[in-house]
Amino acid sequence: MAAQMTNAHRRFLQVLMSNGITEASQARKLHQHCCEIDKVYYAHDKLDDFISTINSHLQPLFMQIRKGISEEDGRAHYAVVNLAETEVTKMASDYTETELELFRKTMDLIILSENGFASSTDILNLADQLKTKKMKKKEAEQVLKVFVEDKWLSEKNGEYTLHTRCIIEMEQYILSNYQDVARKCNICHSLAIQSQVCECCGIGMHLPCVRKYFRGQAEPRCPKCNEFWSCDLPGTSQMGSHTHHRAHSQA
Amino acid sequence: MSQRKRSKGLSSSQMTDGEEDCSPSQRDQPFQDQMNQKVSELVQFLLVKDQKKIPIRRADMLKTVGQKYKNYTEIVNRAGKTLQEVFGLQLMEIDTKLHTYILIDNLPRAEGEYLCKDKEKEKMGLLLVVLSFIFMKGNSVKDTALWEFLRLLRVHPGKPHKVFGDVRKLLMDEFARQKYLDVTPIPLTDPPEFKFQWGPRAEKETSKKDVLKFVAKIQGKDPTFWVSQNKEAEAEAAS
Repeated sequence: MAAQMTNAHRRFLQVLMSNGITEASQARKLHQHCCEIDKVYYAHDKLDDFISTINSHLQPLFMQIRKGISEEDGRAHYAVVNLAETEVTKMASDYTETELELFRKTMDLIILSENGFASSTDILNLADQLKTKKMKKKEAEQVLKVFVEDKWLSEKNGEYTLHTRCIIEMEQYILSNYQDVARKCNICHSLAIQSQVCECCGIGMHLPCVRKYFRGQAEPRCPKCNEFWSCDLPGTSQMGSHTHHRAHSQA
Repeated sequence: MSQRKRSKGLSSSQMTDGEEDCSPSQRDQPFQDQMNQKVSELVQFLLVKDQKKIPIRRADMLKTVGQKYKNYTEIVNRAGKTLQEVFGLQLMEIDTKLHTYILIDNLPRAEGEYLCKDKEKEKMGLLLVVLSFIFMKGNSVKDTALWEFLRLLRVHPGKPHKVFGDVRKLLMDEFARQKYLDVTPIPLTDPPEFKFQWGPRAEKETSKKDVLKFVAKIQGKDPTFWVSQNKEAEAEAAS
């Protein structure tokens, strides 16, 4: 029998839903905040239990709070996902048919790409090929901006990839709809959009997983085929300082 | 905080059948499964709609459940119960003629926490100021008085504001549609004038007592300074 939900759980869930996606350190703060407001037992290391209580009550509704790792910096995030979702229904209520088609086409480009990015030029070139209704480039640009604002896409120097929120919410959808092309990370075994791929055997790894796995190795070799890892190792400086800072502030 | 505590938890295979007389043993399993399916679809539908705080029409709820479905009332009741127990949201009919519903956050508000949770803090701050003004002025104000008041706070209804955008639109469209404010045209006025009052969502998500406390804090006085408002707030809190 599942543990009883308190108002602290309900409050936590409400904020998580309205945030769309919540970074782990924020979620920990929120956990404490909710427990204090509703005067229920709080222990800083019990966030996972707290969430699993909520999840046991969400399960009959085919919903779940799911944790995902940002492909960029390896930080954990939480989002409330809909497990019954076979299509992109949460998006369906927010966007028009045409906008959704643009999103799906963009997702195709991103997933079929080598590195998990699609250039804005390539995406905008799709705009006048849409089946539902052609879109002007200007309009498409605007729609892309909204996708970024709503945290479905993220943009870096004119290149677009799937936002962590999108990956957490749509992992199952992507894995089943892009069965042959969607890669799974060889280290953490979850979906990998932005990844490095072994030139020899074709396995993929998340950038943060690559960093972690090859840390301190002078001659990185593929964990599967043992060939020399030919990709440039992703920069570690920014990442290192970040995690350090985080680890301290949590303690 | 334990008012909704129930003696039984939810097992994974069954929804909240609670005190209702439809225990699984009385009805067959496929029927239960179908009901559960419908209830969870409706819950999800309502949650998605609620993200924008726009009232939901009963016709649209019916469409989600399936037009021909006989047990509509029971499904709606159970969806309402689930929303309450799991999310702390109350499904409320706000217009019995048009049959529209909204979800209202009815978790107890914490000390010093007004209306907003995390998102849209700025907008909710403006709303609180507007609700305060309306309450302090006797629960109903003319638009001209409201604009004049907001001008004192350097919020000009005619000019786009850098945080709120078009303030007139925010108040008269967004807050009105979300049922935080009731905006009614005053008959036979030219140019048209409007009357502003608290909407049903505001009544539910905050209280006169909290709003008065907020005003008192801003002004550095005790709520009892405003005799009639204080009396009204206490009366509302006691009811």
